[in-house]
Amino acid sequence: MTTYGAVLDALGDPTRRSVLELVAERPQPVGELAARLPVSRPAVSQHLRVLKDAGLVTDTAVGTQRVYRLDARGAAALRAYLDRFWDDSLAAYARAVEQDLAPEERP
Amino acid sequence: MSTDPIVRTLTVAAPPERAFEVFTAGMARWWNGEYHLGDKPFVDVVVEPRAGGRWYERDAEGAECTWGRVLAWEPPGRLVLAWQISADWTYDPELVTQIEVRFAGATGPDGAATTRVDFEHRGLDAYGEQAAEMRASLGSPGGWGGLLEAFADKAGG
Repeated sequence: MTTYGAVLDALGDPTRRSVLELVAERPQPVGELAARLPVSRPAVSQHLRVLKDAGLVTDTAVGTQRVYRLDARGAAALRAYLDRFWDDSLAAYARAVEQDLAPEERP
Repeated sequence: MSTDPIVRTLTVAAPPERAFEVFTAGMARWWNGEYHLGDKPFVDVVVEPRAGGRWYERDAEGAECTWGRVLAWEPPGRLVLAWQISADWTYDPELVTQIEVRFAGATGPDGAATTRVDFEHRGLDAYGEQAAEMRASLGSPGGWGGLLEAFADKAGG
């Protein structure tokens, strides 16, 4: 279950954001990611685990390696945001319907 | 893998004709003015009253920013809009999510006309597919991350 909080936590760490940005460029294995970052391979693995738990990346086995790519469920974070956005917007809409139109706004 | 649509149902104290009109012609009256695409706040939000019409905001100097387009225009019962605003709050012609709103007339307990409004924002997987754009917006304060932080502040406040 991807939660909004997990997504936010995952994005909160600058190194983790770098990992995510690299994965977003193209699917790649841990070793390749570690080679491009100033942190150890185990650290990259740890960041990938957090990103995976947050639903931002997903991994598939390719031969002996695990290749990481962006997870379409990353959309879950944006969905959480829009969920709240529409709650507020539709409440404002309902209030507008129930107010009298100003004379100049009458059709 | 698919992202659930955002679904809301509400009842408003007006007949469907008015509910439809306020949703479309009166959008600038209820849309939170903080959410604008242009450099300046909008003075109007226009939903052109026909299928294929544009959906855009206009600022005080007449500058327009497109939000999307009208996919179905069936007053007073149904409206479908293409929402083409990306995660970093800019118009993206490649991105298409759909907003469908249905307006059904009913009678309230006091006999007054009401409208049941069924709202759905779907096709949200399109955001997940925007890998390049997501990457671009992750680092910027006004981007996805910034949007999420602003949201978290609001949700927590």
